[in-house]
Amino acid sequence: MIAVVDYGMGNLRSVFKALEAIGEEPRVTRDAADLRSATHIVLPGVGAFAQCVANLRATQLVDVLEEQVRERKKPFLGICLGMQLLGRDSEEGGRHEGLGWFPASVRRLHGDVGLKVPHIGWNDVRAQPESPLFKGVRHPVFYFVHSYYMDCENPQLVSATCDYGITFPAAIVADNVWAVQFHPEKSQLNGLRFLQNFLSGS
Amino acid sequence: MVKGVRFDGYRDVGHPVTTAKVYDAQGADELLFLDITATAENRRTLFDAVSRTADECFMPLTVGGGVRTLDDVRALLLAGADKVSINTQAVLGPELVSEAAERFGSQAVVVSIDVKSGVVWTHGGHQPTALRPADWARRVADLGAGEIMVTSIDREGTRSGYDLDLVRAVADAVPVPVIASGGVGRLDDLVDGIREGHASAVAAASIFHFTDQSVIKARAYMRQAGLEMRIA
Repeated sequence: MIAVVDYGMGNLRSVFKALEAIGEEPRVTRDAADLRSATHIVLPGVGAFAQCVANLRATQLVDVLEEQVRERKKPFLGICLGMQLLGRDSEEGGRHEGLGWFPASVRRLHGDVGLKVPHIGWNDVRAQPESPLFKGVRHPVFYFVHSYYMDCENPQLVSATCDYGITFPAAIVADNVWAVQFHPEKSQLNGLRFLQNFLSGS
Repeated sequence: MVKGVRFDGYRDVGHPVTTAKVYDAQGADELLFLDITATAENRRTLFDAVSRTADECFMPLTVGGGVRTLDDVRALLLAGADKVSINTQAVLGPELVSEAAERFGSQAVVVSIDVKSGVVWTHGGHQPTALRPADWARRVADLGAGEIMVTSIDREGTRSGYDLDLVRAVADAVPVPVIASGGVGRLDDLVDGIREGHASAVAAASIFHFTDQSVIKARAYMRQAGLEMRIA
């Protein structure tokens, strides 16, 4: 069973349906027992950072997530804000602390180079050559919708990048923890293939 | 599902979910669902269409029409919308825009601006305001709108091309992306919307509903014209 963490934010339904579409049996849950029995854990996220982190802490699932993902190395996928929450801190709406799983800070994309913010739409993603992220994806183009990005201090963890004024991490991977800025559940066939890669490769 | 001309004379153009699946298969970059009557009865139909589309089409969905409260925004996001478009209520109570942006993030909040004779109109193009489009766009972007859709009521459904002066005035006024809407009749209009209108994205309906042009042809045409397009 794949646990999709429900903390009152974001587009859980689309993530759930995308996992179903590739033949999985996801469960939208905020039950610690489900996170313990799941084979994989997905943390989606749409919204504002402060609200998301507050909601996630309020579910009291953070300890279980740390135990299952960081200690027991259960495969984990964070999507969009579910990626950013893994950083140390964010400058969205003041300074807020994240879970600190990655040595990264969440910063605002700047429009001063003539680009519009939020970054909305499909964009090319470049993966490290040996990365399993986009196996079977001929043109890795994914859907983004965000105003903030992960500024990661350890380039070794950045396994795919995207250009929008600056080059920012499209994917950060540390062992069993995968995190992506784009929305696989909204990226048509490329997105479904990516989810399959996560389930088989992480 | 219907398509009109200048917000009037609506013709039935088929079932929304079926149509959405066709556009998905053709590689549309995004779908816009606009509930033009937004009556209580229609809202159930809209929610149903949105959730059923989101269940089958794994692509970006923007939904609007009759959005008045934070609960409306939340309900549409939960139904599978990625972005919710606010129009009349942004004029009546602009705090909805800032509250929605604070709650759900700017990236989920689109303000839709309908324009006729140089001013913004509300209530599905039935009530004029004194607002100038570029000023209003700047204001809602300041309030937290993450995207602006600008529609020329005069051009809508006429297939006579975007009002490029309008689109450019709005696009140049704000730091957020602008979607041009209303009037596409030829594939060149799509190119013009980006190049001359400075829009970040172009929307079209009639050309896809009523002609033999498809999203596939539109994409190929725009790429040939030198615009960066996704390889779908």
